[in-house]
Amino acid sequence: MLILGLIAAALLGPLFVWRTNDNPSVQRYGIASAVAVAGAAVTPLAMGQCGFSSVATGVDHLLAYGLMATASLLALLGARALFDRADGKKVTSGAMTGEISTGGFRMGWWVPWVLLSPTLVILVVFLYAPAVQTFTLSTQLTRLGAPKSIDVCFGNFSELLITDPFKLVAYPLLAIGAVYAARFFVRRTSPGTAGRRWADLAAVVAMLSVFVALYAMFSPGGGGQVAYRPVYLNTVIISVGIVALGMSGGLAIAYLAFRQIGGGAIYRTLLIWPYAISPAVAGVLFFMIFDPTAGIFQHSMEVVFGIDVPNYRENAVLAQTAIILASAWKILGYNILFYLAGLQTVPIDQIEAAIIDGAGTWQRFKKVVLPALSPMTFFLLVTNLTYAFFEVYATIDFMTKGAPAGKTSVAIYEIIRVGVNNGDLGRGAAQSVLLFIAIIGITLWQFRTSGSRVSYGGS
Amino acid sequence: MAGLTPGVQRRGMVRGRKWPYHVSLTLTAFVIAFPLLYASLIATQSQSEIFSFQLTPGSALRSNFEAVWVKRDFAGAMWNSVQMSVLVTAGKTVLSLLAGLAFVYFKFRFKWFIFFFVLVTLMMPTEVMILAMFRMVSGFGWQDTMTALVVPFLASATGAFLFRQHFANLPGDLLEAAQIDGATPIKFLTRVLIPVSWNVIAALFVIQFVYTWNMFLWPSLIVRDESRSVVQVALQTLTNTEGALTYGPLMLAAIIASIPPAIFFVLMQKRFMSGFAIGQDK
Repeated sequence: MLILGLIAAALLGPLFVWRTNDNPSVQRYGIASAVAVAGAAVTPLAMGQCGFSSVATGVDHLLAYGLMATASLLALLGARALFDRADGKKVTSGAMTGEISTGGFRMGWWVPWVLLSPTLVILVVFLYAPAVQTFTLSTQLTRLGAPKSIDVCFGNFSELLITDPFKLVAYPLLAIGAVYAARFFVRRTSPGTAGRRWADLAAVVAMLSVFVALYAMFSPGGGGQVAYRPVYLNTVIISVGIVALGMSGGLAIAYLAFRQIGGGAIYRTLLIWPYAISPAVAGVLFFMIFDPTAGIFQHSMEVVFGIDVPNYRENAVLAQTAIILASAWKILGYNILFYLAGLQTVPIDQIEAAIIDGAGTWQRFKKVVLPALSPMTFFLLVTNLTYAFFEVYATIDFMTKGAPAGKTSVAIYEIIRVGVNNGDLGRGAAQSVLLFIAIIGITLWQFRTSGSRVSYGGS
Repeated sequence: MAGLTPGVQRRGMVRGRKWPYHVSLTLTAFVIAFPLLYASLIATQSQSEIFSFQLTPGSALRSNFEAVWVKRDFAGAMWNSVQMSVLVTAGKTVLSLLAGLAFVYFKFRFKWFIFFFVLVTLMMPTEVMILAMFRMVSGFGWQDTMTALVVPFLASATGAFLFRQHFANLPGDLLEAAQIDGATPIKFLTRVLIPVSWNVIAALFVIQFVYTWNMFLWPSLIVRDESRSVVQVALQTLTNTEGALTYGPLMLAAIIASIPPAIFFVLMQKRFMSGFAIGQDK
């Protein structure tokens, strides 16, 4: 079984060179083939070939192949960079690499290393080392504070997934196929026609199918498997809710507030201050508002409308809505702040035309303001998603603690519940790796779409 | 995009009626402020006033404050938060300045690799590896210490890139002039670079101060001793003050916990925006 993977890698190498290299040669085909095999061989060697042992299931084989393919591809990307250097091509754009020095101190070679060493030491010890350890832990069953651990290979991962390896391959392939088909469809139609509108619709459906495919790949639980589907679904619902509400609200308010009227600066301060509020405090404030016995929300609903609202901590939809509202409220100030700055870059006469021309205001907004703001929207999309993935932890911990029945337990909350509260480090680490993959995916998508952009995340 | 305020004054002049904007902006500001206004009201009330849904300030502000500040030693938690935020923010700024200096004003081998090495950490949020970090830092014996709250967060890829970007856009002859004077890199940094970078430093300072002050997950894991916890975590112990949930002290504590970052942010807002403009232009 292992041999099959290595043979595939040996073929993949030349194919990769053929597709990506400008002047391929026999030598390069050979090197790429060797590099791909070496890359693919690293992971089974490091893990003692456990993915192919006699007790390994189909899903284990699949995960082992997936890991081999990833390592192989990474090695090939490295080889491509070296080939490009040899060809005199710039590896990446100037902004990405360190090639922009405006001048140089002519001093001992060690001086820049001394300047960089504190940063590098902290990054190695407190980011790279724990990252590597997270991967190691994810292949073990180990308890917090216990010295012993058992290697379980991909066991912590396969118990989160469905058990049928064929479906596990088919679902993502179908979704990716749908995305490419929709893209093809869009390219074949011309803008403004009915065909394009159908194609755009197909593109949206294809994007949604990716989410559905991921849902179908996670285990619904039962038979010794961990029910990870609900966690995935909670994460998607709560993140999408926070991002959609926070960003559309932020844009609407910024568009209202950027006009110059008396006291504009005061209004702006009054709108953006929640930026400084912590997710924990946001949780506390909304905990009060929605409190079933003392909160103003339930009381006024009853007094004014005569509606008896159920306890939000016992109702899945209400609990998720409450979390979304609290988080969106907190991130609103941040979004208003950045959209206000973004609106400064929109051509002013076009905005004024959009404001004055009452009849087509919405049309103008859609055709002028939205496209001009799209770089900012994209930047905010990524920062808001990061917020919705991680910072939401504190808000949940104050408002619902994952209740009811785990319906507000998102990925990060589940990691802490499993890893710290249950003390099951290995399983928690495996879930961390899943979240890590999601973050890497989002970041790569960001880099591909926008080049290098200064990020104002957190760390 | 040279700063927000000067730009705003020139653009987007509203012609015609202005009162609809005033009304809608006031309403929006009120809706946004509502959770905090409501919390301020609750913070002054006793438990029975809260349950009677009294809409005027109550009589218990003083006793609520005593319950929070004295009985629960919220003052101690505030002091812990101040220490953590100031140390992390100052450390991050210094380390980022040094890294930016090295990246822009020095030529050295493997620079592209080191740069990439730092760049990659942008997609490695601490939360993703928090279990391994928790195990490792506990292994160092750092539980319940300020070291565990500060040291892991001292390096900042965001900060290093911000300063690199900023320095790279400064006139190139700054360095030549400094070299003629025979300045060392540190003198060059303190005498030449820092004085022209205050807006960027301020922007980074605000972002990092607010971020550090508001940290919750890591402090809640690594600090279990209540007397050493930071405000965000101390809030949680207040959800249960005297056997039952007392809302007044909790709301008051939430407000107190928000005052430092809010004041900091509002005061630094202008500098923050202009520093931000420099970062975003590229």
